[in-house]
Amino acid sequence: MSDFIALWPQSASAYSGRIDLLMWVFTALVVALSAPVFILIAYYAWKYRAGRKADRSDRVNRNTLLEISWALIPFILIVILFVWSTRMFFTVHQPPPDAMEINVVAKQWMWKFEHAGGQREIDELHVPVGEPVRLSMASQDVIHSLYIPALRLKQDVVPGRYTSLWFTADKPGTYHLTCAEFCGADHSEMTGRFIVMEKPAFAAWLEQAGTDASLAAEGEKLFRSNGCSGCHGPAATVKAPDLEGLYGSPVPLADGSMVTADDQYIRDSILLPQSEIAAGYPPIMPTFKNVLSEDEVMKLVAYIKSLATTEDTP
Amino acid sequence: MTANPPSYLNAGHTIRSWLLTTDHKRIAVLYLVSVTFFFLVGGAAAGLVRADLLTPEGDLLTNEGYNRAFTLHGVIMVWFFLIPSIPNVFGNFLIPLMIGARDLAFPRLNLLSWYIYILGGLFTLIVLLVGGVDTGWTFYTPLSSMFSNGNVVLVAAAVFIVGFSSILTGLNFIVTIHRLRAPGMGWGRMPLFVWSHYATSIILVLATPVLSITLVLIAAERLFGLGIFDPSLGGDPLLFQHLFWFYSHPAVYIMVLPALGVISELVAAAARKPVFGYSFVAGSSIAIAIIGFFVWGHHMFVSGQSMYASAVFSFLSLAVAVPSGIKVYNWTATLYKGNILLDPPFLFAMSFIGLFVVGGLTGLALAMLSIDVHVHDTYFVVAHFHYIMVGGTISAYFGALHFWWPKMFGRMYPLTWGRITAATIFFGFNLTFFPQFILGFLGMPRRYHVYAPEFQTLHVLSSAGSTLLGLAYLLPFVYLGYSLVAGKRASANPWGATGLEWTVPSPPPKHNFVEIPTVTGRPYDYPVDKEDRR
Repeated sequence: MSDFIALWPQSASAYSGRIDLLMWVFTALVVALSAPVFILIAYYAWKYRAGRKADRSDRVNRNTLLEISWALIPFILIVILFVWSTRMFFTVHQPPPDAMEINVVAKQWMWKFEHAGGQREIDELHVPVGEPVRLSMASQDVIHSLYIPALRLKQDVVPGRYTSLWFTADKPGTYHLTCAEFCGADHSEMTGRFIVMEKPAFAAWLEQAGTDASLAAEGEKLFRSNGCSGCHGPAATVKAPDLEGLYGSPVPLADGSMVTADDQYIRDSILLPQSEIAAGYPPIMPTFKNVLSEDEVMKLVAYIKSLATTEDTP
Repeated sequence: MTANPPSYLNAGHTIRSWLLTTDHKRIAVLYLVSVTFFFLVGGAAAGLVRADLLTPEGDLLTNEGYNRAFTLHGVIMVWFFLIPSIPNVFGNFLIPLMIGARDLAFPRLNLLSWYIYILGGLFTLIVLLVGGVDTGWTFYTPLSSMFSNGNVVLVAAAVFIVGFSSILTGLNFIVTIHRLRAPGMGWGRMPLFVWSHYATSIILVLATPVLSITLVLIAAERLFGLGIFDPSLGGDPLLFQHLFWFYSHPAVYIMVLPALGVISELVAAAARKPVFGYSFVAGSSIAIAIIGFFVWGHHMFVSGQSMYASAVFSFLSLAVAVPSGIKVYNWTATLYKGNILLDPPFLFAMSFIGLFVVGGLTGLALAMLSIDVHVHDTYFVVAHFHYIMVGGTISAYFGALHFWWPKMFGRMYPLTWGRITAATIFFGFNLTFFPQFILGFLGMPRRYHVYAPEFQTLHVLSSAGSTLLGLAYLLPFVYLGYSLVAGKRASANPWGATGLEWTVPSPPPKHNFVEIPTVTGRPYDYPVDKEDRR
């Protein structure tokens, strides 16, 4: 029977249980607010139908107190729901600092995932159980949207900016993963599997999915092969900003403002170098827009990130 | 009867006398014929979509074909049926009659706006013939500006053109309502139908230009590569969504507010009682129109916009429920101690209230941030907006058709068939769209024609409902068509309703009133115990 007609989605995290609870309370409220309307309409239509004898004296056409009450009570209930749902929304937008990073690149019409160790997969995402995971997502063409119903989570993947999503899956299993933003001809086939594994199984999977180099190491290779080291490296002749310790630190810009060197800033500096110029440096960096793909940029970001954690040598 | 001047219908029989008419009533009939045509085209596309969804493999249509079918369905239904239906047919016909005027303020502009509508419609039909468009009715960039293979520019041109028809109609209504009310008809004596059209017209005039600009930008981006929405040129894809929804969210109220006005009239006439809390109902139309301008961001909670912006949009979206709720509670209270005729107009009004309540309350679920994250872009949304825009607006449209038909054409139709239609539409509608709430909550994304097999049962139920619904929509063609030929002649006021439109003969004479009436009382002043109906 449950295969024939499903009525409730699978749940793979504690968060999804909390969403379901809110949904239940909301449904109860909906019934409480609308049932009187349906019942009274049906009752009045029967009781006061034309030709039937009923007491129609003392008809009132206004009752300000009554009207204010049925504006005010729903409003108060709405404020309660608003606070509840908004607090939950804010939690899913504030990832814990220790979350495991996975990069996602969406393109017409597939999902590409890359783990920190360099393991890549297409249309399948393996994650360990009980560990916070943060997805850092970019699109190569149109807007897509990563949707994992079992987590009750989705986030658009927008060309030109990084978006992110974090979760802690706590129930091993295989779930749907789909694209929810209409993205062209094969939109409905841009689906995949979200696989939650026990930690040892996940470690074994990472092992067998092995790769030559981590994302940061691949980024370092790109850093050299694309000539970035010629300007930003230690032996550079051109004066370019030093990238060691850059990630996460504030950067003063030529126009006097400050930005934080996050994923988005580093990406934009590579692809749109003229948009935010670091103070004190001539705007001479060329764009790498037509040179690097989104996954290559992500690897460079991973490399620059890894430089931030390097110990300062005296 | 013989003393009456000839009606607007027989004031001239040539095609020319219809196509060059400046009579608001004839223009309303022109709109009635043309919106009905587009309703059939859009409905056929919907039928194709529902038939394709019978199987999870989607083997009736190709991927491209499915995308083009649902896009066509959306474009036609939104811009060529739902937005113009009630204002341009019934607003046109009734506003001058209800406020005691001989015509709209600008009769020639009114005719021009019909021609603009037809021109836009022809463009859309051309797009259909040359292969259609595959972006969805929302035209999101950069899909529409850089990646689509469809005729985006042509269809944008069609919608751009039809936008002018909306703006002109809105302008005409505003000026008419301000300037041409009969002596004695103060703002507090205006029928609620007129109030709701006033609110709608404000939205039409203020929001539609933003849509026009957005469509021009898309065309420019596609033809000349401007880069406004292209991130690699420094543009922003989300800018499009802000511009688009700044129009398209208020557009929902363009579809619903006139419907709310219709329902107030139908409920009062059926119950033979003044609408409970007249000023609250009138004021809530204006409140909805105003708040409706500040909620567009609720379409973008998962787009990557700032979460603080999302929180503000969420709150305002939830707040719209309050004025909408006021209306529903007031209609219910109107029925108390009424003298209720269980005729087709009343049944359609009840159907409207049922569907509007379900659609409105599920809208609250979508306005709540964390629930929206889960159900956004799923069938839950599809079900929600069909309940409001289709269930609501079309119930009201059919209710209006059944209520004012005798006035428009001077003939009665068989009431039993009207009752059967109202009941079948209500049942068919719920069977079609209720399963979609469950589908969406289960995680079925919208705009998918290939889907996971566990969703099939619900899709089959939905398609079965849509077949029933389609048949029910066709029924009125039969008995209303029959009434034109063989229907009993209607009296001036077959429902025993109040309102100036019922004081003139059915169908009304060409210039509406022999003498402009003077209004002396409040609207809906029903005498308590009189039975003089039908």
